[in-house]
Parts: sequence; C-alpha cells; structure tokens
Amino acid sequence: MTTETLIWLIPLPPILAFFLIVLFTNRNKALSHTIAVGAAFLSWLGGMIVFARAIGVPELGKEPFASSINWIPTADTWLKIGVLIDPLSAAVLFFVAWTILMIFLYSVGYSNFGQPKGDHDIAGLPPHGATIEEHGHKHMVPSIEPMYSRFFAFISLFAFGMFTLVVSDNLLTLFVGWEIMGLCSYLLIGFWYGKESARNAAIKAFMTTRIGDVFMLLGIAFIYSATGSLSYHDIFQPQVLHTLATVPTPIFGLSAAGLMGLLLFIGTVGKSAQFPLHVWLPDAMEGPTPVSAMIHAATMVSAGVYMVIRMFPLISLDPHTMTVIAVIGSFTALFAATIAVAQNDIKRVLAYSTISQLGYMIAALGVGAYVAAAFHLITHAFFKALLFLGSGSVIHGMEHGVLHTGDHGVDPQNMFNMGGLRKKMPITFWTFLIGGFALSGFPLITAGFWSKDEIFTEAFGSGNTVVFVVLALAAFLTAFYTMRQITLTFLGKPRTPAAEHAQETPWTMTVPLIVLSVFAIGYGWVGIPEDFLGLHLNPSWFHEFVGSTLAVMPEAVPFSWIVLGTSLVVALGGLFVGWLVYRNVQSAAEDKLQIPVLKNKYYFDEIYDFLFVKPSYWFAETFVYQWMDKGLIDGILHSFGKVTTAIGSAVRNYIDLLIINRTVGDGTAHITQWAGRNLRPIQSGRIQQYMLVSLIILLAIAGLLFYVLVRV
Amino acid sequence: MDFLNTHLLSLILFFPAVSAVVMLFLPKDEAKLLRWFALVASLIPFALSLALWFGFNPSAAGYQFEEKYIWYAAIGSSLHLGVDGLSLTMVLLTTLLTPLAILASFSVTDRVKPYMMLFLFLETGMLGVFMAVDLLIFFVFWEIGLVPMYFLINQWGSANKDYASLKFMIYTMGGSLGLLLGIQLLGALFGTFDLATITAKWTSAQGFLLGFPISTVKTVIFWAFVIAFAIKVPIWPFHTWLPDAHTEAPTAGSMLLAGVLLKLGAYGFLRLVLPLYPEQAKSFAWALALLATAAIIFGAFAAYGQTDFKRLVAYSSVNHMGFVVLGIAAAALAAGTADARIAMNGAILQMFNHGLSAAGMFFLVGVIYERTHTRNLNEFGGLFPLVPIYGGILIFTSMASLGLPGLNGFVSEFLVVRGSYPILTPYTAISMLGLLFTGAYILKGIKQVLHGPMNEQWAHGEHKLTEINTREIIVMAPLMALILVIGIWPAWILNVINNAVMHLF
Repeated sequence: MTTETLIWLIPLPPILAFFLIVLFTNRNKALSHTIAVGAAFLSWLGGMIVFARAIGVPELGKEPFASSINWIPTADTWLKIGVLIDPLSAAVLFFVAWTILMIFLYSVGYSNFGQPKGDHDIAGLPPHGATIEEHGHKHMVPSIEPMYSRFFAFISLFAFGMFTLVVSDNLLTLFVGWEIMGLCSYLLIGFWYGKESARNAAIKAFMTTRIGDVFMLLGIAFIYSATGSLSYHDIFQPQVLHTLATVPTPIFGLSAAGLMGLLLFIGTVGKSAQFPLHVWLPDAMEGPTPVSAMIHAATMVSAGVYMVIRMFPLISLDPHTMTVIAVIGSFTALFAATIAVAQNDIKRVLAYSTISQLGYMIAALGVGAYVAAAFHLITHAFFKALLFLGSGSVIHGMEHGVLHTGDHGVDPQNMFNMGGLRKKMPITFWTFLIGGFALSGFPLITAGFWSKDEIFTEAFGSGNTVVFVVLALAAFLTAFYTMRQITLTFLGKPRTPAAEHAQETPWTMTVPLIVLSVFAIGYGWVGIPEDFLGLHLNPSWFHEFVGSTLAVMPEAVPFSWIVLGTSLVVALGGLFVGWLVYRNVQSAAEDKLQIPVLKNKYYFDEIYDFLFVKPSYWFAETFVYQWMDKGLIDGILHSFGKVTTAIGSAVRNYIDLLIINRTVGDGTAHITQWAGRNLRPIQSGRIQQYMLVSLIILLAIAGLLFYVLVRV
Repeated sequence: MDFLNTHLLSLILFFPAVSAVVMLFLPKDEAKLLRWFALVASLIPFALSLALWFGFNPSAAGYQFEEKYIWYAAIGSSLHLGVDGLSLTMVLLTTLLTPLAILASFSVTDRVKPYMMLFLFLETGMLGVFMAVDLLIFFVFWEIGLVPMYFLINQWGSANKDYASLKFMIYTMGGSLGLLLGIQLLGALFGTFDLATITAKWTSAQGFLLGFPISTVKTVIFWAFVIAFAIKVPIWPFHTWLPDAHTEAPTAGSMLLAGVLLKLGAYGFLRLVLPLYPEQAKSFAWALALLATAAIIFGAFAAYGQTDFKRLVAYSSVNHMGFVVLGIAAAALAAGTADARIAMNGAILQMFNHGLSAAGMFFLVGVIYERTHTRNLNEFGGLFPLVPIYGGILIFTSMASLGLPGLNGFVSEFLVVRGSYPILTPYTAISMLGLLFTGAYILKGIKQVLHGPMNEQWAHGEHKLTEINTREIIVMAPLMALILVIGIWPAWILNVINNAVMHLF
C-alpha cells in the first residue's frame, strides 16, 4: 500500500467503530470496547508505519507525503481537500496515535469492565457501586459504567476528529476535525448529564470554544478568499506570503497576514483554553477521567497549539500578532499556575497546569520558537496524559476505598482526603512521580526538562527577557504545585479511612501508565541540543526533523549557562519548597495558600456571568423576543389589523349604514312612502275629478310642447 | 418510456393533485387505507423525480424536460414547465419531504381524508412554483400552496391556531397582491407571461406603459416582487408570522412549512429578482444584507429566549434563512464574480440543507409533543435515560442545524461565509455572532430536553414516555442519511447547483 493511501485510511477505523457501536453493538459491552480499542489499534498501526516511513525520507520537509481530491465545486474551480504528512504532522501523529491507544485501553479499566452491574445505577450518572456477597458477608465494589458502549462510541468519534485534524493538508478539514472534537468534548464533559454541574460544564465548554471558532472560521474565509486556496502548500508559497505580509487592513494597522493570524489565533485561545477564554477547561473536569486525559490534556487542547505551529509561516509574518501571542501565552502560563496552587481537587490542579503549560507553548510561538513549541507540545502530551490517567487511577483507588468503608461523604478527588497512597498504589505512585517530575522539568532525565529548557533558551536568546522571566516564575510555581500534589496524595500517612483502603487499579489502567511514563522520560532525549553544556553532541534529532518543515530551517539558539541555571533553580527549588511546605500539612485548614481570590480563580466565572451570560439572556428573552418581536413588530402588524378594522367599521357605520342604507336605501323607501301617502288624496274614486286632472295635465303638456316646438 | 420522458414534469406535478381527487371517492372511515394511499401517491412523484434527477444533464444551460400546453392563449399565458439545476434541487426536496410528512402524519386520527388530501394538494402547489416557466402559472401555484396550509393550520393546529392561520394567510396574501400586480405589469409590458421570452426581451423593452416610463414600471415591479418574497422567506422584520404559524401547525405541516414553503420566497429571489433586476438588486443589496444580518442575529437570540420547544425551532428557521439571504445579497452585489457564485452555491445548498434539518427538527418536536402534550421546555429535562434512541437522533439533527462540520449545514454556511466575506465583510463578520448564538439555542434545547437528572414526571405510569417507534425512525432515516452524505460528500448536489449558478448568473 502506498503511504498516501495509508494516510487516508488512518482516521477511518475510529469513525467506523463509532457507527458500528452506535448502530449495532451498543448492547454488547465487550464487543463495543473490542471494536473501539481495535480501531484505535489499527489507527495506531497505520500511524506508526507512516511515521517510520516518514523518518526514512531524507528531505521530507521539501517532499512530504501528500495527496488531494476535489471536494466542492466553487464556480469554475474546485475546493480540494487532502492529506499531508510532513515532519511536523509526522511527529504529531506519533504522539497522538500513542496517547489515543493508551487512553482507549485505560478506559476499559476505568469504566469498570468486568465489574457487576450497579445496584441503583442509571444512565446519566456515574456508577455508584454494587453489593456483592463474598465469603458470607456483603460488601460494596465498584460497578460498571451504565453507558459503557456509548462512552467508547464517543471517544472513537473523537479519535476520528483528532486523526483527521493531524493528517489534513488544509485548514478546512483541520477545522472539521477541530469541531468534531469540540462536539465530542461537549458530549463527554456532559457524559454524566444527570449531574447539574456536568450539564452546565458541557455547554460552557462548547460555547466558550465556539467564540474562538467563529473567529477562526472568519479567518479561514479571509485566507480562502485572499489566496483562493486553503491548502497549506498553496498558502505558504513565498509570493503569496509576501503579498499577505504587505497588504494592509483597516483593523489595528495589521497586515492581511497579521489579521488572518490573529483571527486564527483567537480560535486557539478558545480551543487551548488561553486567557481570557480559559474558563471552560477546569469545569471540563466533570467528564470521566480518560476524557480529561485525552481531550483536555493530550490531544484536543493541543490541537489549538498545533494549528498555530502549522500556520506559523503565515502568523509569524506580522510582529504585532506575534507580540499578542507572546503576551497571551506567557500571561496565561503564570496566571493559571497561580490558581493551580490553591486547588484541592486532584484533577483541577492538573487542569490549571494544562492551561499553564499550553501557555508555555503559545509563548514559545510568540517569540518565534517554532521547534521548541512543537517539542513541548509533544512531551507535554505524554506526561500530562500520564498525570491525568494517574490521577484517574488515584480516584479509582480512592473510590474503591470509599465503597469499602461505606463513608460516602469522602470526596475521592480531594487531595486532603488522600495521603500515603504510595504504598497502596505503587505503580500509580511511581508513574505519577515520573509524570510530575517531567511536568516540573526535573533536570536531565525527564522529557519536560528538555522541552521547557528549549523554550527558556529561545525566549532568552531572542531577547524576550520579560517572557523569559514570566515563564521562569511560572515554572517555579509549576514545580511547587506539582510537589504539593505528590506530597498530599502519595506521601505521608493516609488522612482518611478511604485512603487506607485504596487499592491498585487493574492492568488495563496501569499498563498505559507505564507506557506513557517511558515516553515522559525517553522522549526528551530526541531533542537534546547540540551544544548542551558547551559540548559537541550529535545535532538534536527533533530540531533537525521538525525544523525541516519550514522553508528555512530555524537556527538553534546557542547554549546559555544563565538559562540552564534558572531552569535548575526553578525546577528543583519548586519541588523542594513544595515538599517542605506540605509534608506535614494534615488538612485544608492548615494550608496557607487557600486564598479566596485564588481558590475562586480570580472570580472570572462570576465576572463573565455578570458581563456576558446574564445580559445575553436578557437580550434574547426580553429585548429581542418580548420587546422587539412581540411588542414592536407584532404591534405594528396588529395596528394594521386595528386600522383595517377601524376602516371597515367606519365604512360600515358612516357609508354603508348611514349613506347607503339609511340615506339612499331607506331614504328612497321613505320618499316613495311619503309620495304615496301624499298622492293618496287625488285617488278619490270620483270620475269627474279624474277627468279634470287629466284635462289639466293634457293642457299643461300641450302648452309645454307648443312652447318648446314653436320656440325652436 | 417515451411518454414518461416527455411528460415527466407534468406527471410529477399533477400526480398528487389527481390522487387527492381520487381520494375523494375513498371511504372516509378507512383511515389505514387513506394513509397508505396518500403515502403511495406521494412516493410515486418522488420516484419520478429521482428519474428526473438522474436524467438531468447538469452541464447543459437553460431549462430541461420542458413542456408547454395552451392554457390562456388570449392573454399570452401557457402552462410552460421546465427545470434547471436550481429548480431541480427544490423539486427533489419537495418530493422527498412530502412522503415523509405524510408518513409522519400516520398518527393523525382526526378527519384523515381531508387532511391527507390537503397535503397532496399542497405538494402540487409547491411543485408548480418550482417548475413554472410562466409567470401567471407561477402565481397560480403560489396561491394554490397557500390554501391547503391555511386549512391545515386552522383545522389541525394547536391552541392558538386561529390567530396563527389568519396571520399566515393575510400576511402572505398581502405579499401576493404585489406579486400579482408585478406579474400583470410584466404581462402588459411584454404581451406574454412566459419567463423565458420575457428574459430574452428584457432589455429591449422601451417606452411608456400607462404613461409611466418603463424604467419606473420596472422598479415598481421590483419592489412588488421583493416584498412578496421577503414575506415568504421571511426576511427580518417580516418574520413574525413564521413562529406563530410553525408553532401552531400540525407536525407534518411545520415540516413542510419550514422544509419547503420558506424556500419559495428565496426561490423567487433567485429565479425572478436577481436575473431580471441585476441593477436594482445591486443597489439595494446592502439593505438586503443588513436585514439578513438582523435575521441571523435576532433570529438566534429570539430562539434562545424561548421556553416553547417548537417555537425555538421555528425561530431557528429565521436564523438559518438569514444565511440564504446573506448569500443572495452578496451575489446581487457582485454578480458575475467567483465570490458571488460561491455565495450563491452556498445559499441554494443552504435552502436544501435547511429543508432537511428543519423538517427533522420539527418532526422530533412533534414526536415528543404527541407523547407528552406539552412543548414547554421547563417540563422536560432528564429525558435522555428514558428515550436514548430519540435522544441520539435529536442530538444528531440538532448538530446538523448547528452547522457542525461533517454534516450538511456546515458546507452551505461555509460557502455563504466564504462567498460573502470579500463582498460584505462587516455584515459577514457580524453574522458570525449569530452563528455563535446558533450554538447557544441548540445547546439550550438539548440541555432542557435531554440532559439533567432523570425526569420522574415522564418516567412512570400512564405518563411514561415511550421510545421513538419504527415508523418515526423511518421518517428520520432518509433525512439523517442525506444530512450526513451532504456533509461528507457535497459534490453530487453542489455540482448540479454550481452549474445552474454558472449559467444563471
């Protein structure tokens, strides 16, 4: 099979799985997950073959695998869509295929496959547990997810969206994949739709990202009408880029390229949860944990960053847009990190951490660090997926403990209810530790160190000192809250009976953790800079490979001891301080960082609710519907009716009744009657009188005739 | 076969009406017989229009399958029928939706015979408008379509049916008045009502009519047409009849109202206003664009502000048809350019797509209304665990309405946005806000109907909500299949539309 055909086929297995599960196998749980995991495996296999072939091509950047077909007739030409694997998409395909497969496998265990049906479980709520009888006494165990098949259908559809996005050679199918993922995100956040919080979080996620999406669509329409094409290859032609960079637009003094870049970037702000559209991502944690790992850490939110990397040749043309990107990215990185330190829900910490890390990538792009952004995108996907799955494993273990002790008041996601889990869940602990250290940028061994270090180097080397300092501060906080999380969750002694009875999770959940932790360490080594520590190592494979996607290979920024020093200090310092502060903290009350403004996420939800949500509701319901439609427009219409009725009754009362009926109609009768009455006396019955009258009339007529005729 | 080929259009057109007359002689108590008879009578035109679709040559210019019969020779009007890519698409939509609407009405038990007859008459009325190449015939069918719908709303509608049917009738009649006047004037000007002839002679007409210069007369006709079609589309602010009529009409009536009747107005713009009045259309396109933007934005907001499920869907039509009008405005402003043609492609495809998704949405509202006898969104919520299949179908159709990429609505909306962006940049940009709120009201609908803790009110006893049945799934299946197919592979239909647009504009 040619590589191009294979690329076309990569997204297909998951979409087929989706339809198969929805239409046919939804009642059979085992068959459903077999189909879904099998499909993910096929896509993974295809992805690996394509990746292997891609790294074997010497000049893949110049001659990528590409193929396209006619899709929509547009006047006298066609809108083409197609697939493309260049070095960037090959690298992205690699991590996407791995994380998706691992998360699919993990979902089997997470959704409690093999466990009994719940006692009172209904569709729309998380499983509550089942009572089983063992050795003569009853106890509660986790129960299987009641909408098990549906879950696998949704994540399959999601995988289709992500693969489509990655293999696309144009912005339109990228957008298709982008939106399908948005739908799945909505469906999966609201998976347990019976919970009010999930119901609202789903809508919040969809609407907030959609704000970005409509701007992005506008940007796409702009690019399409300006260049006549949406394929990357056509847009990135030097003369096209040159024109776009020089044509001015009336908006903010941006060039056409700058405006396009800005519009597309707003899409990323929504999708990758950047300030000020970051509010949806923490709430998105209402969804099942594999969803948080896959959609809200590894793939979908990364897609926003991927799009900016993809469109970098266009976006980087206008320095104003680049400044906006750098500012938003670095601000988000720091801002989200400050919120993360005050969160107690194990998943919410990770959610804010994701926002913050995405900010790193965006900031990197803003300072022009193309390769560093891509590198961090990939390492982050691995270690953040690992962390989320690890947290899911922790929650799962805790839920087991909660069911075992029967104390349902214990929130299995609150870190202050945990503690000491390293002994109960060793695999989860060690893999979580690896993920956490990678996130903190623990030196030399973890992938996060190399990718973050490269961003620091680029920010510092390109003279963006402010960005560098802000990111370094954020990195310190990152290490700090990560260690806080690890300390509270795994170290010390169990703080609740539930934590004491926590249990390691089944192999379907731990195997993905182990595989991902291999990447969370090993993937960093493909990007070790050539002149690290002033040595002369082999050129960084990642830099050479992904950098070749661009028309001009980006220069590697020289090594700097200042950067390395900063990197070490913030990572190790943060970890150490985090451990120091939290090793003896027993409850949330003892935590000094439970500051209201941080706990309440700077009150953004409340502010947005006041500024946007409530007014739109009023505008829709009262202004548009009640006042404008019902009041004004229908009022005018009804007044036509009233005027017509008034005219009608006027015609009736003053013309028909008065003039025609009374005056003309009745009047004629009256006159006739009157005449008859008054003429009655002459009909007396006396012949002489008749004769006399006849004679008088005859004479009168004769006289008249004579007068008229003679005169004439 | 030869007879079939030469009379295909008149067969499609008159088959439903003739069947309706035959129905008159069927026993009125045999509901089952009447239903099946009506269904078959509407399926045959569908089969024939499939033959029409496959026999149609998309790359040829002008009307195909033309037929011409003497009708009113004294005033120069003949029964002249023909289809091009534009009308063919609409004919297909009509013949597809009518059997589905009739199948959807199998649950109607009240006076089945007149009900089914009215639907068949309605189909002939709608088809006639799309097939007519003669203006007087156009008008006659335009009015024929109105009457059955009036009675359907007035006799089989819900609580506020009298108000709604009267508003619908009077409002549309008010528009028709101008339409008739305009057509009469054209007839007087050219001595014929034949559209093909009028188009050919259009520029050569000079001099005076009734003491007015021809150009003045033409402008009068332009406005008469615009108002008539604007009411029918409906263009904001002529839209308030729509939510009333759609909400009060019986389910199948709403399906056809939204699915086909609204398209008559847009079709009028495309068939008559734009080709005959490029100058006037161009100079007033900005106003049209403004109104389209208002329809998109206010339609979305008004839908969002509803607590009646059906009214929410009804307002979504205002929102969606706004994109059709935006495309038309863009095409009018920059006639002849590639951008204009793309916008036009989008507008026509959007007409077809809205026909599918709106009919589906109204049907789904009907399914739940029939079971619960309420449309109040506040009484729903948490129905998903009770009716999972219905829920899945509702989400699918809602997403089509929302314009989710991969489904049909996205393709047409994208083409409209793409086409009008360079021509009407600010309007298009503002319309995107409407697109945002399209999401808001769709999600509100799903949230208020399906999501939430399991609804105890409809979960037990005699009020227990039953799952969507096989017949109802059969109604939805073709719609959903087309929604998906057009979303993934739109070229088959866009090719026909695109060719028509290339020839027409």
